[in-house]
Amino acid sequence: MAARSPPQAPHGPHENQSTDLPEVLVLKPPPVLNYFGDDFSKKFRFLKATESPLPIDQFLATHARSVRAVLCSGTGPRINAEILRLVPSLELIVTTSAGLNHIDLAECRKLGILVANAGDVFSEDVADMAVGLLIDVLRKVSAADRYVRQGLWAAKGDYPLGSKLGGKRIGIVGLGRIGSQVAKRLEAFGCSISYNSRKRKEFVSYPFYANVCELAANSDALIICCGLTEQTRHMINREVLLALGKEGVIVNIGRGPIIHEKEMVQCLAVGEIGGAGLDVFENEPNVPKELFALDNVVMAPHMAVFTPESFQALRDIMIENLEAFFSNKPLLSPVMEE
Amino acid sequence: MDSSIGVLMTYPMSDYLEQQLQKRFNLFKLWTHSSHSDFLKNNSNSIQALVGNTKIGADAELIDSLPKLEIVSSYSVGLDKIDLSKCQEKGIRVTNTPDVLTDDVADAAIGLVLAVTRRVCECDRFVRSGLWKKRDFGLGTKFSGKSVGIVGLGRIGSAIAKRAQAFDCLISYHSRSERPETNYKYYSSIIDLAANCHILIIACALTEKTHHIVNREVIDALGPKGILINIGRGPHIDEPELVSALLEGRLGGAGLDVFENEPEVPEHLLALENVVLLPHVGSDTVETSESMADLVINNLEAHFLKKPLLTPVI
Repeated sequence: MAARSPPQAPHGPHENQSTDLPEVLVLKPPPVLNYFGDDFSKKFRFLKATESPLPIDQFLATHARSVRAVLCSGTGPRINAEILRLVPSLELIVTTSAGLNHIDLAECRKLGILVANAGDVFSEDVADMAVGLLIDVLRKVSAADRYVRQGLWAAKGDYPLGSKLGGKRIGIVGLGRIGSQVAKRLEAFGCSISYNSRKRKEFVSYPFYANVCELAANSDALIICCGLTEQTRHMINREVLLALGKEGVIVNIGRGPIIHEKEMVQCLAVGEIGGAGLDVFENEPNVPKELFALDNVVMAPHMAVFTPESFQALRDIMIENLEAFFSNKPLLSPVMEE
Repeated sequence: MDSSIGVLMTYPMSDYLEQQLQKRFNLFKLWTHSSHSDFLKNNSNSIQALVGNTKIGADAELIDSLPKLEIVSSYSVGLDKIDLSKCQEKGIRVTNTPDVLTDDVADAAIGLVLAVTRRVCECDRFVRSGLWKKRDFGLGTKFSGKSVGIVGLGRIGSAIAKRAQAFDCLISYHSRSERPETNYKYYSSIIDLAANCHILIIACALTEKTHHIVNREVIDALGPKGILINIGRGPHIDEPELVSALLEGRLGGAGLDVFENEPEVPEHLLALENVVLLPHVGSDTVETSESMADLVINNLEAHFLKKPLLTPVI
């Protein structure tokens, strides 16, 4: 990927007065800045679109004409062709997510813009959350905790039985960094692992299913660990869920739109699948209210990476990527073409 | 099987077990009689076997009231509700349900660790309350790579260790004796174990020696960032001390499947966000309940057919 030509001298409103620090555009501050903003502002001058009254296109046209790097997150505005046109000197996009669905990668490739993401820094935390959600659904942890807190254990007696995790067939959708960590953990619980991926992985002994429906038909639980692309949008639909079956459980720590949410809600409402553990939704922070009536659904507010450890590691890798770029060194977690 | 053999079930622990016992034996159900003493007076001579569980086992009084009792087959692995010395004295056989429930209880332990550290139940409450639309949730704590201390490295403790290792946790333990064949770090003192781990998991049997083994000193050693998980027995922990430690912030959080006086749970705990409370469901899955019931039945059949018991304790 060829880099673009060198920038003009910087100008416009900035975070602090020093002109020695390199300039970084921020369209919407990623959550990591809420916790570690100071660590970044010691090293970079942030150009924050959200702190200007101007609408974004005017802001960029006025102030971002020579900015070379942007720091973004999965929950900010989409970095599309239009935005890229308004920042003609952009050479690097650094995203605090592992996911890349909010970036027009094809356009970046065309324009020679480098992209770096969070690499592997929070794969463990996300995998832990996936396992936590799966155990919760099978063993009814949140539902039983509610039962106890409502005083029903004394009043109504024993809680209904859950389902054993050991021996369950786990279907991992997307055997990347996160999916591999999920597999490693669940094997220790006596689960058997199969997977579906864009293509079969070399050196992996887990059974591969080229078709996600076939994976579902041969699994007791599906764990969605893949990225959101045009191919994976609404990939988990009614057909897949029916193949998963009445006792089947779905866990999503990827992106909400990978699952056809309306169809999943319908399947859950009539008992066509056994339960769901969801950290992500199609239209966050909105969650279908039908799910609130269900005890076999466990929900989290997109926080699988929200631990101090992941945020510290994220801060470090973001800063290291930006520093490397500004000193013409190789990026630490560049997104490679596949 | 001779269906004149009388079996007394102490508690409605499993519909499946009840059905199977009914098919094979003359089944008496203690809970269906309003006066236990009257029932025992009228039927004690017809009862040769007792099936108890963690709620009602076989104490000295009950054993003494059953003069024809030959075998106690417990629907549990724990034996704290059985007067073992009385059984020994009277030549009564005792069986329990080891191994079949090991995985489920270990899974419940890790489930509780994840629920507490990652605030899973709290997250679920947060989303259900509609608060996500108004504000962000906040941070949990990472579990992977943390130090885990296990009290009791028996079947269940070992299974917990194996799972925690898959999360790259550092495992240490306290036990009656050291287990050099494992490469986990051993602490001869539970206080030292608590002081040197982030997450302390109670997985030992309840005996006189382990009653209140987790007391104020141990809780303080575990500390304000420490997490305590109990899938053993309620009386392992000095419950009032646990409650005050949580209220005062001297302990970071707790995941509890058992309590000193089930089904009563200290009221103060019900209002805390940093605890997860389960109604003694460690082995409560459809699959394991059936396996446990089958083991009870098979032990009883073996006894009355004069074959070797499958899982004898005495």
